[in-house]
Amino acid sequence: MKTKMTFFGAMVFVCFSSTSFAAKQGSFNPDISLTLDGRYGSYSNNSDYELPGFMLGGEASRGEQGFHIGHNELVISANIDDMFYGKVTTAIAEHEGETEVELEEAFIETLAIGNGVTFKAGRFFSDIGYLNNQHGHSWDFMDAPLIYRGLFGNQLIDDGLQISWVAPTDLYFKLGIEATRGERFPAGGATNDGKGASAVFAKFGGDVGVSHAWQLGFSHWNADVEGRTSGVHAHGGATEIPTFNGDSKVSGIDFVWKWAPNGNSRERNLKIQAEYFERDEDGTVELAGSSPLETSTYQGEQSGWYLQTIYQFMPRWRIGYRYDRLNADNMGSDALVLEEAGLDDEGHTPERSTIMLDYSHSEYSRIRMQYAKDDSYEDSDNLFFIQYIVTLGAHGAHRF
Amino acid sequence: MRMLFRFLFMFFMLIMTFPAMAALNIFACEPEWASLANELGGERVKSYSATTAFQDPHHIEARPSLIAKVRRADLLICSGAELEVGWLPMLQRQAGNTSILPGKQGYFEAAAMVERLDVPVEIDRSMGDVHASGNPHVHLDPRRIQTIAKALKIRLVTIDPEGSDYYQQRFKDFSQRWQQAMQQWQQQAKPLKGTRIVVHHRDWVYLFDWLGIEIAGALEPKPGLPTTAGHLVSLKQTLTSKPASMIVHTIYQNPRAAKRLSQMTNIPVVDLPYTVGGDIAAKDLFSLFDVTIKKLTGVLQ
Repeated sequence: MKTKMTFFGAMVFVCFSSTSFAAKQGSFNPDISLTLDGRYGSYSNNSDYELPGFMLGGEASRGEQGFHIGHNELVISANIDDMFYGKVTTAIAEHEGETEVELEEAFIETLAIGNGVTFKAGRFFSDIGYLNNQHGHSWDFMDAPLIYRGLFGNQLIDDGLQISWVAPTDLYFKLGIEATRGERFPAGGATNDGKGASAVFAKFGGDVGVSHAWQLGFSHWNADVEGRTSGVHAHGGATEIPTFNGDSKVSGIDFVWKWAPNGNSRERNLKIQAEYFERDEDGTVELAGSSPLETSTYQGEQSGWYLQTIYQFMPRWRIGYRYDRLNADNMGSDALVLEEAGLDDEGHTPERSTIMLDYSHSEYSRIRMQYAKDDSYEDSDNLFFIQYIVTLGAHGAHRF
Repeated sequence: MRMLFRFLFMFFMLIMTFPAMAALNIFACEPEWASLANELGGERVKSYSATTAFQDPHHIEARPSLIAKVRRADLLICSGAELEVGWLPMLQRQAGNTSILPGKQGYFEAAAMVERLDVPVEIDRSMGDVHASGNPHVHLDPRRIQTIAKALKIRLVTIDPEGSDYYQQRFKDFSQRWQQAMQQWQQQAKPLKGTRIVVHHRDWVYLFDWLGIEIAGALEPKPGLPTTAGHLVSLKQTLTSKPASMIVHTIYQNPRAAKRLSQMTNIPVVDLPYTVGGDIAAKDLFSLFDVTIKKLTGVLQ
C-alpha cells in the first residue's frame, strides 16, 4: 500500500506541475489529465445487494451510502513516436477503508500501419458494446446499466491484443478482433496458456442529413473460464465461495442515435441509446470451501437490455431517463447450489428506472443528480445520488 | 476465426489493388478551407467539409461518418491552433490512415502558416477556453488567407506533383483576383476604421485587426462560456461610457444574448456569416468577405 500511495503522490505532482503546458496539446510532453469524482449516496434499503440470477463480480455494486469518493482517474497519453500511441489510466479509489490504485488501461496502439488497420496491445477496455470502452466518468449516469453490472462487473477490461480495420467506404464500417488473457472477471483462470478469452465486434455508422448521426454495433465475446469467483457467502461458520468453471459466450447489439439541430450540439441535442446482451454458459458451479464440496452442473442463460435518452435542453443542462431490465433462466443438477451461488432468479425480474439531471459549467466540470427506483432485487429500493466530475489538465476527446 | 481472417485478407488485397483515384480527397475541418481547396485545386481535388457554418467548430464529436471520411482522405486542411483539439486527434487516431497524421504532408494546419493574435502569456483554465497557440479563427483576415493559399499551393504540389503546373496556374489566378478584391474591400470598409463593435466570441479578432476595428466587449464572459445576466449588465455599463456601433453575431451562436444586449442598449445587431455558407450569399471566400463588409458598413449608414 505504501508504494501505491507514493506512486499516486508522484503522479499527482507530475500532473499539477504540468497544468501550464497540459492545455497545449501536441507538445512533446504527454497529455495529462486528472478526473476527480465525488459522490453522495442515499438508499432506502440497507440489505445486502444482489442481482437474482447473476453471479456478481468485478466492481458490481450499487455504490456507497453517504459521502464518498468515486473513481479518481489519472490519464497520461501521447504519441510515442510516429509509429505508436500510448495511454495509461490509473484509477484511485477507496475500498473498505483502503486506498487502492488500479491500472485500468495501459496500452499502445499503432499509428502508422495504414489501410485502416490498427493494432492495440496491453490492457484496454474491450470494444464490445457501446458503453464498454468509455470511461465511467463519461457515462451519462453515475452507474453502469444493470446488464453491464450483471455480466461484466460494470466493464470488460482485459490484457491482450486487438486488431481493427476501418473500411474505405462512405458508410462507416469497423471490424475488430481481440485475443485476451481471460484472467479478470467475468473470465477467470487465464486458460489456454493465458489466451483464455476472445472477442469480435463490428460497428456501422453514418449521418442522416446534417442533424442526425447513428451507430450500430454487434459484438461477441467468449471465454474458457476456470475458477471465476463471486461474492463470498459466510455460511454456518464456513466461508463458501461460488465458483464457475466452463464456457461463457456473450453476444450483444448496440445502437446510438444522436440529434442536434443543424448538427450544432452546443445549444440543444438529443441522444438515444440502447444495448442488448445475452450470455450462454455451460459448465459447473461449486461452492469452494464447503465440506463436503457442494457442486452442480450449470447451464446459464442470462440476458438484459437498457434504453436511455439524454436531452440537453439548453446550454449546460441535460436531463436523462434510463430503463433497465434483466432476465435469467439458469439450470443445473443441484438447485440448492445454484441458489447459494446467486444463480436462482428467485422468480424475480430485475428492473430499474433512473432519472438524472446534470449541469456542466464548462467542458471540464459537471454536477449530477440521479434518482433510481431500483427493483433489481426483491427489496425495492430508492437510490439518490449527487455527484461531481471534473477534469484537470488536457482537453478530453469529444467521442461519439 | 480462420475464415474471418481469410475473408479480411482477400478484402484487403482487393482494396490495395484498386488504382489510385484520380481526384485528391480533401477533408477540410471548416468550410472556409474546403472553399480555398476548391479555388486552388479545381478539378484535381474533391473536397469535403467536416463542419458547416451552422456548427461551432470547437464542439464537434468524432462521429462515425467523419472517421470514414478521414480514412479515405489524402489531405486534411484544418485551422489548427487547438480549435479542433476535442475531435480531430481522435479522428486521426481512429481512421488508420497514416498519410494524414500530424507531421505528415497530408496534414495542413492553416493557423501554423501565419502569425497568430491573442497568444496568451500565461494560461489557466479559469480564463475560459483559451488556446495556447493563439486565436485560431485566422480565415477572417484576407492578408492571412493569401499567405495560407501560397502554403497550401506548395503542399498540393508536394502531394500531387503531376498537377504542379495546374496548381501554379490556379494559384496565380486566385492571387490576382484576391488582391483586386482586397483593394476593393479595403475601400468599402474605410468608414469602419476606428469603430467599436461588441462580439459574441472572439472569432472576429483577425477581421478587426485588418480593418482597424476595436472590440468593445464580448457577450461571453470568458471564451467558451455562455452569457450570464450579470455579465450583460456590466457590459451595458461599459458601453454607456464608451459606446459601440454594433453587436455582431454568427449563425452558430445563440442569438438571445445579442438581442438582449441590443434591447438594453439600443445598439443594433448584425448577423454575419463567419464562414462560407453562413449566409445564402456567402458561397465562397470572395462572397464571404463581400457580404461581411456590406453588412458591417450597412449599419453605419
